[in-house]
Amino acid sequence: MQKNDDAVRYGLLIDYEFCTNCHTCEVACKKELGLKSGEYGIKVLEDGPRQNGDGKWEWSYLPVPTSLCDLCEKRVAEGRKPTCVHHCQSGIMYYGPVEELVKKMADKPKMVLYSK
Amino acid sequence: MSEELNKELYRTESRWQEGEYTVTRTSVWTAPGCHNGCGVLLYSKNGKLEKIEGDPNAPFNRGRLCLRCINMIEQVYSSERLKWPLKRVGEKGENKWQRITWDEAYDIIENKYNEIKDNHGVESIVSLVGTGRNSMWQPAVITRAIFGSPNLSFGFLSGDSCYQPRMTANLIKLGDCVISDCSQAHPLREKNPEWEKPEVIVVWGNNPLVSNGDGFIGHWLVDMMRLGTKLIVIDPALTWLAAKADIWLRVRPGSDAALAMAFLNVIINEDLYDHDFVETWTYGFDDLVERVQEYSPEKVADITWIPKEQIIEAARMYAKAKPAAIQWGLAVDMQMAAMEASSAITDLMAMTGNIDVPGGNIIQRYAYNRSKKYGSAIEYISEEMLLKRIGTYESPIHESGYTPFIPPDKLLECLETGRPYPVQMLWLQGTNPIANMAGEAPRVYAAMKKVPFCVAVDLFMTPSAVAFADVILPAAMSVERDSFRAWWTPLRSITKGAELYEQCKSDEEIVLDLGKRIRPDRFSQYNNIKEYLDQLLQEDGGVDYDFDTLVEKVNDFWDWDYTYKKYEKGMLRKDEQPGFVTPTGLYEFTSPLFDVWGFDMLPKHIEPVEGPYTTPELMREYPFVLTTGNRLWGCFHSEHRQMPTMREVHPDPMMDINPKAADKLGINEGDWVWLENRRGRCKQKARFNVGLDPRVVRGEHGWWFPEKEGAEPTLFGVFDSNINNLTTMGVHGPTHYGAPYKSTICKVYKVTEENDRVSPTEIVTRRGGFSYAKK
Ligand code: SF4
Ligand code: SF4
Ligand code: SF4
Repeated sequence: MQKNDDAVRYGLLIDYEFCTNCHTCEVACKKELGLKSGEYGIKVLEDGPRQNGDGKWEWSYLPVPTSLCDLCEKRVAEGRKPTCVHHCQSGIMYYGPVEELVKKMADKPKMVLYSK
Repeated sequence: MSEELNKELYRTESRWQEGEYTVTRTSVWTAPGCHNGCGVLLYSKNGKLEKIEGDPNAPFNRGRLCLRCINMIEQVYSSERLKWPLKRVGEKGENKWQRITWDEAYDIIENKYNEIKDNHGVESIVSLVGTGRNSMWQPAVITRAIFGSPNLSFGFLSGDSCYQPRMTANLIKLGDCVISDCSQAHPLREKNPEWEKPEVIVVWGNNPLVSNGDGFIGHWLVDMMRLGTKLIVIDPALTWLAAKADIWLRVRPGSDAALAMAFLNVIINEDLYDHDFVETWTYGFDDLVERVQEYSPEKVADITWIPKEQIIEAARMYAKAKPAAIQWGLAVDMQMAAMEASSAITDLMAMTGNIDVPGGNIIQRYAYNRSKKYGSAIEYISEEMLLKRIGTYESPIHESGYTPFIPPDKLLECLETGRPYPVQMLWLQGTNPIANMAGEAPRVYAAMKKVPFCVAVDLFMTPSAVAFADVILPAAMSVERDSFRAWWTPLRSITKGAELYEQCKSDEEIVLDLGKRIRPDRFSQYNNIKEYLDQLLQEDGGVDYDFDTLVEKVNDFWDWDYTYKKYEKGMLRKDEQPGFVTPTGLYEFTSPLFDVWGFDMLPKHIEPVEGPYTTPELMREYPFVLTTGNRLWGCFHSEHRQMPTMREVHPDPMMDINPKAADKLGINEGDWVWLENRRGRCKQKARFNVGLDPRVVRGEHGWWFPEKEGAEPTLFGVFDSNINNLTTMGVHGPTHYGAPYKSTICKVYKVTEENDRVSPTEIVTRRGGFSYAKK
């Protein structure tokens, strides 16, 4: 696998429809980057729970890579996936060149793409 | 989850070298941990674990891990870990210890054992165990095969209310346990050509994403949702799954049996049941038809606080879906009507023809029948000794030996009264009762103090160890153990990937060491752990290979477990005839065994002993229904509280309250509040849950504070936020199964300086307990 260079930009695609707030990505990232208490390379934000007019519940989690995220440079250089992608309990995180991720994004609604 | 795998890095052998790292491919299953055994890759250098990853080649978890195992290095090398055996030097509770050798520790234990054997009888040694982790068979063997005592109990889990009611209902009705089928029984998972996706899954009484109970990974539900499975969620609180469900039934805590009966009522009266299955494979259907007439959706709407229309709609949706599974959990067990609810829910699975079909509730046995769990070594207990079990004569299920436990509620009475005989020694292995399982924890504290001698096997110094133990043995963690797992399927290796921390020993080694000392006749033939494990793997028609071979295999799926409709194929019964392992050979809607035991043969609703319909006058003082024990992502029960990374996720104990109810009480989110009832009080921090019924509040369990002083009266603050100051002991359903941990009552008010002068822990440890407890 490769990392950002002049020609290709890499990123993370997250199917947040199924993000459960399980904290796996947060902790995996902390361990990979050796972050201190209170520091995050990715942080899960919450919207809801809130009831819509039709009675349905709105409750979403959105993992946000922070400025500390280096797209797991070291792991990627070793040929691994980023640790958040590898361990995500819902299996909803994807790593790759942004262009490819955009294509994947067309597959379904409620996905979000982060470029680095 | 990786899409395509780097095969050079993620290999399928059991051990390889990767640069300077030795990689061990195996599974982990406590300590510390949970009910699951996820596949991992352990990267170690010079015997020290340096990194961990989920094993993408393990069909069970497919590379994923939860935050706890990701945090493995912090766990294993925590400076808080017990490092060597300890002997108490101060008074109990003073937390003063002296380092001793293993031989010295074993000498003390052996001498005590001999003294008790000669003067009191070995039955006065009682062992306490925790929930389903890899310290189930080990204490059972120590208790029965080594000490020779018949007395093994959960650590004061009132009403044995963790999976025992659900399993027992399954076993009585169909002779086996049933599990929801998310394809986990087959190595190809969803690609198994015979498997079908459940059209609907009913998530009943658990939040599996967080709890991962009973060997079921909660996120398998997300896998199913992504394939299009629809959910019905039955939970008093709004969970993320409930928010995503097609139907969320906000059940009043403790009324699940009534709800299940209403489901049955709708399904029977609207003729939505599976006629073929009912006519060919079941017994007693007509009696059930009659009983369910007492549970119209109208009536049950009043009992459960769920609108009638929703009950009907959910029952129809479940019955019409083919296939459909019910993923049930602990809340079903933690109520007065635990057996009744378990029975009725099992009836739902049967009546809709969902038993042992793809995508339904499949019959599972422990892989290759390799696990006896808490029942291990029962064969060493003579008939005469069985008669000396504590308290079983009052409970037919216990007396008949249907469960390997003695009833915890009766054990408490025994400790308090000294009848039928005083307990001389407690053996605690993997349990921290006053911090976690024990209902009415302050009462259990006082009772346990009376026992003259106590040994605790654990990872960390715990409140229970400080309060009661004379000797403490430091246990190894999963990554330091050679062991195996056969809870459901596959059979999994647990292989040492790191050298033992300091002087710790694995639970298996402790069994063997003690066995060789006290019962050499039973244990001298094993030269090492591997020989012992070989025996466990192979005895009584087990596998035809040894432990080293399992280590190489890593995972071994048992084809029996992934064969569907085993009852049609003669795979269940010893006589190889089609049918179920029941007296009638059929699925039993009415069970003759219940009749023999003097129980109602059919399910029914039982009101919680405290609540709006049983104690309306008490509700004036304690207006909330209290449900407890919702799970935490980073802490399994009372574990993980000393892990900085987990405490970052869970700094404080939290209680949930509807914001409208909080507003009336002047409570803001984040305020510390007291939860109080007649038995005692504890303080937790308020968190708003807009989905919670304003009449219901919810409190967390398992809280103690390793960062606080260990010596009494502080005792790690174990009673300060302990929700079990409010729960009960000795209150259970007619079958002695099921206790209202999740359906009691309380009031809620703000913590202030005036009302917080003396901590609950000081009240319990120094002042004889809350006033109620003193009476
Ligand atoms: S890609 Fe790596 S660095 Fe970035 S958020 Fe994920 S785990 Fe953290
Ligand atoms: S690991 Fe996956 S499911 Fe869990 S919080 Fe992160 S993105 Fe969400
Ligand atoms: S703690 Fe989490 S990762 Fe570890 S075995 Fe349990 S569920 Fe799996």
